Amino acid sequence: MELAMHIIAGIVIIAGAFFLFAAGLGIIRFPDFYCRAHAQGKADTLGIMLIIFGLVITQGVSINSAKLLIIIGFVALAGPTATNALLGAAFKFRLKPWFKKEHLTGNTNEVTKEEKD
Amino acid sequence: METYFLYLTVIVTIIIFIPFYRVLAGPTLYDRLLAAGSIGTKTTVLILFIGMVFNRLDMFIDITMAYAILNFIGTVAIAKYLNSRGNN
Repeated sequence: MELAMHIIAGIVIIAGAFFLFAAGLGIIRFPDFYCRAHAQGKADTLGIMLIIFGLVITQGVSINSAKLLIIIGFVALAGPTATNALLGAAFKFRLKPWFKKEHLTGNTNEVTKEEKD
Repeated sequence: METYFLYLTVIVTIIIFIPFYRVLAGPTLYDRLLAAGSIGTKTTVLILFIGMVFNRLDMFIDITMAYAILNFIGTVAIAKYLNSRGNN
């Protein structure tokens, strides 16, 4: 029973570490601030919640797991709220969102095809 | 069990260095703040892993709670300051 719980906790913690890695990759690779906030606000929060949940599984029923569950609830509230506050500040500052160039100037591919014909 | 969490500590430390690139090279101020907040939330997990390595999780959980609250308050305070600055 102990071994099975530790294996389940290990799998959950590895899944959380994967989501943290995905959030870091999104922060590096996405093209503008709004996309990066999307990566940070959701993937990061999910990864941290999964990792702390894995630690709860290793601790069993004790005061430690109760405190860890409190931390899970706080992170679930605080992470997206902080990201949302930053997004509100950036939107008020009128930071330009990123567009593909075709969306700004109409669909240029079809125009060039017609010109070739 | 301790070696497992030691390896996880190393992995999370490597993951923390990924958004650090965005802190150094972010095009705008908001990108830097976002990546700094991301590093702060990942540090929460790192402190918990260090507690598992030292077998003193009961002590490190309180540090983790304080760190999470400080990180949240810092990010929201800077966002509010930038929000009030945007009026002018």
